[in-house]
Amino acid sequence: MSAASPVLELKGITKRFPGIVANDSISLKLNKGEIHALLGENGAGKSTLMNVVFGLYQPEEGTIEMNGQPVLIDNPNKAIDLGIGMVHQHFKLVEPFTVTENIILGMEPKKGINLDYKSATAKIKALSEQYGLKVNPNAKIHDISVGMQQRVEILKTLYRGADVLIFDEPTAVLTPQEITELMEIMRRLVAEGKSIILITHKLKEIMQISDTVTIIRRGKVIDSVITKESSPQELAEKMVGRAVSFKVDKIPATPGSTVLKVDKISSKSKDGIAVLDELSFTLRAGEILGVAGVDGNGQSELIEALTGLRKIDSGSIELLGEQVANLSPRQISEHGVSHIPEDRHKHGLVLDFSMKENMVLETYYKKPYNKRGFLNYDAITKQAKRLIELFDVRTPSLDTLARSLSGGNQQKAIIAREIDKNPDLLIAAQPTRGLDVGAIEFVQKQLVAQRDQNKAVLLISFELDEIMNVSDRIIVIYEGRIVGEVYPEKTNDQELGLMMAGSTVGGKSHE
Amino acid sequence: MSKLSKIFTGNIVVSLVAILFGLIVGAIIMLIGGYDPILAYQSLFEQVFGNKYDFGETLREISPLVLTGLAVAFAFRAGLFNIGGEGQFIIGMTAATFIGIKVTGLPAYIHAPLALIVGAVCGGIWAGIAGYLKAARGVNEVITTIMLNWTALYLGNYIVTNFLMKSGMDKSFDIQDSASISIQSLSSFFNDARIHWGMFLSILAAIFFYYFLWKSKQGFELRAVGHNHNAAEYAGMNVGRNVVKAMFISGAFAGLAGAIQILGVFHYQTIMSGTPGTGFDGIAVALIGMNHPFGILLGGSLFGILTYGSAGMSFGADVPPELIRIVIGSIIFFIAAQGIVRWVLKPFYSKRKKEKVL
Amino acid sequence: MRKTLKLSMVMMLSLSVLLAGCGKKDDNAGSTTGAGSDKKVEIGMVTDVGGVNDKSFNQSAWEGLQALEKDGKIKPSYLQSTKADEYITNLNKYVKGKYALTWGIGMSLGDAIKTVAKQNPDSKLAIIDAVVDEPNVKSVTFAENEGSFLVGVVAGKMTKTNKIGFVGGTKIPVIEKFAAGFKAGVLAVNPQAKVYIEYTGAFDKPDLGKTSAATFYNDGADIVFQAAGGTGTGVFNEATERVKKGEKVWVIGVDKDQSIEYPDVTLTSMVKRVDEAVKRVSQEVVDGTFKGGAEELTLKDNGVGIPDTSSKNVPADVLKLVEDYKAKIVSGEIKVPVTEEK
Repeated sequence: MSAASPVLELKGITKRFPGIVANDSISLKLNKGEIHALLGENGAGKSTLMNVVFGLYQPEEGTIEMNGQPVLIDNPNKAIDLGIGMVHQHFKLVEPFTVTENIILGMEPKKGINLDYKSATAKIKALSEQYGLKVNPNAKIHDISVGMQQRVEILKTLYRGADVLIFDEPTAVLTPQEITELMEIMRRLVAEGKSIILITHKLKEIMQISDTVTIIRRGKVIDSVITKESSPQELAEKMVGRAVSFKVDKIPATPGSTVLKVDKISSKSKDGIAVLDELSFTLRAGEILGVAGVDGNGQSELIEALTGLRKIDSGSIELLGEQVANLSPRQISEHGVSHIPEDRHKHGLVLDFSMKENMVLETYYKKPYNKRGFLNYDAITKQAKRLIELFDVRTPSLDTLARSLSGGNQQKAIIAREIDKNPDLLIAAQPTRGLDVGAIEFVQKQLVAQRDQNKAVLLISFELDEIMNVSDRIIVIYEGRIVGEVYPEKTNDQELGLMMAGSTVGGKSHE
Repeated sequence: MSKLSKIFTGNIVVSLVAILFGLIVGAIIMLIGGYDPILAYQSLFEQVFGNKYDFGETLREISPLVLTGLAVAFAFRAGLFNIGGEGQFIIGMTAATFIGIKVTGLPAYIHAPLALIVGAVCGGIWAGIAGYLKAARGVNEVITTIMLNWTALYLGNYIVTNFLMKSGMDKSFDIQDSASISIQSLSSFFNDARIHWGMFLSILAAIFFYYFLWKSKQGFELRAVGHNHNAAEYAGMNVGRNVVKAMFISGAFAGLAGAIQILGVFHYQTIMSGTPGTGFDGIAVALIGMNHPFGILLGGSLFGILTYGSAGMSFGADVPPELIRIVIGSIIFFIAAQGIVRWVLKPFYSKRKKEKVL
Repeated sequence: MRKTLKLSMVMMLSLSVLLAGCGKKDDNAGSTTGAGSDKKVEIGMVTDVGGVNDKSFNQSAWEGLQALEKDGKIKPSYLQSTKADEYITNLNKYVKGKYALTWGIGMSLGDAIKTVAKQNPDSKLAIIDAVVDEPNVKSVTFAENEGSFLVGVVAGKMTKTNKIGFVGGTKIPVIEKFAAGFKAGVLAVNPQAKVYIEYTGAFDKPDLGKTSAATFYNDGADIVFQAAGGTGTGVFNEATERVKKGEKVWVIGVDKDQSIEYPDVTLTSMVKRVDEAVKRVSQEVVDGTFKGGAEELTLKDNGVGIPDTSSKNVPADVLKLVEDYKAKIVSGEIKVPVTEEK
């Protein structure tokens, strides 16, 4: 690029946490007017690095230079003074306040002893127009969309005079339409002379928008490449450290006997609305049945009914010929059902338990973990160690709290625990949500492997790609009932999309 | 072990500094009030460690505080906030008094343990009511336990008035000698200080707390429910039953505290116009002890030393008892608001690190 | 910037402690050391949870000791108990500190005094309002029924509504003595009057006292006799509010002359000369004539009675009547009941 020194340069940044080197001598150059993507799996060290830049962490080694001058950033205010702004993944906004109030929060312009709203509003309006943000300074935060809220965060950094903007996973919370708009805004920002660091693990976005990509794996810089000269395939390989396939390799299914027979189950919500409405389907051994549908059409309730967390009012659930409807979660689990929950933080793990303890969360009461009422920590450690090695869960130690692991490793741990129970039926709800490419590939492979071992797998997902790629058969759920059944080879996105919207074209209906 | 070492390394510094700050703030307040803080603190420590009698009495003061501290911490570990230690304490007192007076003809090695156990169990049941209401009806345990404090107070007074009252007095008969848990030999060693088995029971209770919670299957469930009841439910644990169980054990600690006060200290129960306060002090003790049983042994000791030593402050330095409560309050404040302590300590720590960076 | 702020904060705190240390000598010169250092008799006093500002017997007892201190004979000290389990330890503070005499004020200290006396047979102890049967304990009680009879006479004569209230603390024998004597006194001069008796169950709950008084006044009572320690201040507060609004209501005080504290609403007071008793027994220690045993101070001993200030609100003829009854009680012509007659 230009001969001028880079706006921001990191030299050999090392940040250690107990038991783990989060950043291992990382160097990075950000040139003026470029979008520099920071690519890496969950837990690779991207967020740590950016927290170092933003002054939230102090590195053990290394220096930060801005415009060729070494700087010491020991708190976020310092970072802001130096012109670094951060757009966090989770917005830090006060809901009942207006846009203006949120933006000036902490550095309110004064006129005598009064707040000078007028000039602030004017300044915000000007900034908004300059970068095409279209934000109404007087709107209240809780009245505006998530995408708009993100723009408020962007405005906040600009208002504070940021020249370097750090975006932390900005698209995770946005709709496709909003993503497109965000890309526009980012282009506009660099056109006006700002520089951007974009943290993401989404290859598509990187290819679309970034100029340079720095790939980090396990705390180390693997490579820095010019985006145009690279390919998604290459980036993914560098990120994960091996060849990745975007397609799920699988042999055709050979479904066996019926494992799960759900017959006309109905259930009502607390307000008396039918959330499951005579829902029926069957699932056979050796097949993956995908449940497609728009969020909120009874998927969660279906999982709850199958796992014993929700009482059904009528209908029957037969597992290998036995009635399991309205049994307790433990009874159902002992009938041979494993379950990868939708929300791993809420339902899958006790985040403040050690990994060791989490690995026996469902089996602690059985031998050999339970010895006359006391926990046998030797046996628990052995089991946890085995699972963690088998499924390559990256944790500094078995005593590490589940909270401090990355999402992908948390999910791996849950899958390890569930699959190890050797279930007849595996219920996987949104198993790849929030995971990066490498982890997604791993999870999907595990589902297929279960199928190949003649287990029945029920896959509930909102991701159409995942349903199409992984399932052997697809049923579509709409308003608490199954409105269609199709085979992935014989359908397409459009048809599925229509069915998910409630129309019953295509495959046979279960009406 | 790692947990233990954590308590005794990282946090202990902060706790000690918090105590120091509390003492300093107390000193400033005393200065403003025109009292001599150095003399006051000197008197405090003389009062506690000055002679065998006072040291023995300090141990007596500490025991129930440790138990009510354990009660609060145990519930807290299971995700519950037991504000009702006070009421469970009174129920434990009343039950122990009842057994101590009404049951006759038992040898001491049966009578005293029986009275202790009944006291603990009744305290447990009392807390269990709040647990049941939470599990079955979703009623917030903070509200129920605090309401049950008053119910316990009046129930205790009612039972004493109607079944145990010594006529012409505002207190019950004395308990049978066989129910007493006083240790005569130790008492005479400590110059007649009221030493009793409760001291050892509170240490045993802390050990039980530790093993039950971290080594037993049931403790595993309680902690899982405490940290994340959703995940616990998913994992097949019965959340409601665990809530009741946690409250029961929590209440049993507080009930035992009440029982040892009767069987070891007073040997009778008076009509109370207000709750005794030991249950509430348990909240502070649990806070100081960071909800860890061994921390609570230390926290209870600190609280007991300050409480008992306060008489020395008013005796030796004329500091009124109200001011002493302020000193104790400010120590608790700094421990609760550890953030302040860390903030002040920060430059001393981070200076070293920064030098490395540059 | 911030670091220096923090450092200076720490410095300031430690400095203030240092300063405190320097100031030690001046502070130590408290009120207790008066003239010279010739040997003074050390006398300790342990209050119940009321404390020496309870405007009742604890305060009265402390005033007794202070009066002796003024005479330069003794060096008194007191400890306030915050909880029942402190009674024994506080008493021991003095006993083990070899004080010449240790007072326990109030009947709730009875058991503690007994225990400590037994364990320390060489020490001297004294107690107000309870009888402790130990050779080294002097027990002082009062004939509250007799004094209450006299204020009952005043109330019976002065009521306009023939409704009179009594607010007691806990229902214990001492307080029942008050109630019984009071009722007998009222009925002796005014058989038509009705005496309503209520026990609040506490000596330290002014709110309860206020509620009880309000109930009585609302029901038409115009005089309320309180024998409820700290709870009684609630009775005074209620009466004061009503008098300010123009109502004509009275309170009869207890233990001390409470007209000094509440001049507008105090009709008279049933004074227990706790101060006198404390003074006398303490003086015995100074003189070396102290002897254990129980003593009840009656009207005859001027241990109970009504204060001279009563003449402010009570007409002379009523006071004359009071004197007549007093004479009859002293002579034994009238026997005042100790418990309420059914």
